[in-house]
Amino acid sequence: MHPIKRRYLFVQIASPETVDERAFMDAVWNAVLQLFGEYGASQTNLILMKYSLKSNYAVLRCAHKALDMVKASLASLTQTSGKPVAFRVLGVSGTLKALRRQMPETKF
Amino acid sequence: MRSFVDLHLCAPINDLKQMEKMVNSSAELGYRMVGMPLPPNISQERVCQIEEICNKTRIEFVKRVDLMPRTSNELLNNLGRLRRRFEIISVACTSKNVARQAAKDRRVDLLSPCLTFPCKRFFDYAEAELASKKLVSFEIDMVQILSLTGFPRIRLLSSLRKEVSVARKFGIPITISSGASDEKFLRSPQDYVALASLFDLPESYALQALSDYPLSIVKRNRGKLSPCYIAPGVRVVGE
Repeated sequence: MHPIKRRYLFVQIASPETVDERAFMDAVWNAVLQLFGEYGASQTNLILMKYSLKSNYAVLRCAHKALDMVKASLASLTQTSGKPVAFRVLGVSGTLKALRRQMPETKF
Repeated sequence: MRSFVDLHLCAPINDLKQMEKMVNSSAELGYRMVGMPLPPNISQERVCQIEEICNKTRIEFVKRVDLMPRTSNELLNNLGRLRRRFEIISVACTSKNVARQAAKDRRVDLLSPCLTFPCKRFFDYAEAELASKKLVSFEIDMVQILSLTGFPRIRLLSSLRKEVSVARKFGIPITISSGASDEKFLRSPQDYVALASLFDLPESYALQALSDYPLSIVKRNRGKLSPCYIAPGVRVVGE
């Protein structure tokens, strides 16, 4: 049996106001649902691995096949619960170790 | 390594602080060149200030003008007046006559579909055939996708899918630009590539639309605007 391929995304949260973990994930799920519907959302296997309120970043895990869907959904977001926000994918990798290597200035 | 270009950064011309912020964000996101739409009557002093801001962040500045003529005569007048003053000329196609005239005029660089009225999108087979004989590119502003939600976005994506397929069929270069007037609408080139998949633009083509095609337009026009340029294929190389 083939192992399930996953991708880890390092996401920068650019907002003048603080966005908590719950609001972030709600916004991401809503964006995926809006763009790709429930069938598309079910294929993403989206999970929040790390979230730093202080450094304004998040690490998400998704299915390898749904990477483009997740990236498009993140890019399409402009606000969460009325607050202006922009989520920018700064790095993508197949393992957390390699993602850490890509982002040496951020300890996670 | 690719040099990414955003040919439509709508930073506020009168608010230099905000403009500096947006230019800095663009540089951080990985762009090497930005085009800003300027009013036709802009002073040289203001242009120098903008250039200075861009030079500080090591980003190249491209002078661009957005035309929104109501008739084809108005378009011709504007083109004659402004072509030698700006590096990029974009025409917002508000009517079918204007769209057809813009597609067959070699002085037009970019065709922009009308943003305000989604029903007024004139990029069809006839338009594409005219544009394919000239050097016109089709411009897609990603801010439209980011700012709309629900049914209007569904309609927009559907129109873009059709327009992109027509443009590719006729070999018309597509350029992707941000069209952002606010920092929150700025995205990295990779994010735009992901968004372009929503209207069936393949990754390799989307990357070209963000780098190679806009770069070639700027290079071509800078060559034409240089004092050495005489005619297509004729340049002064030395005295």
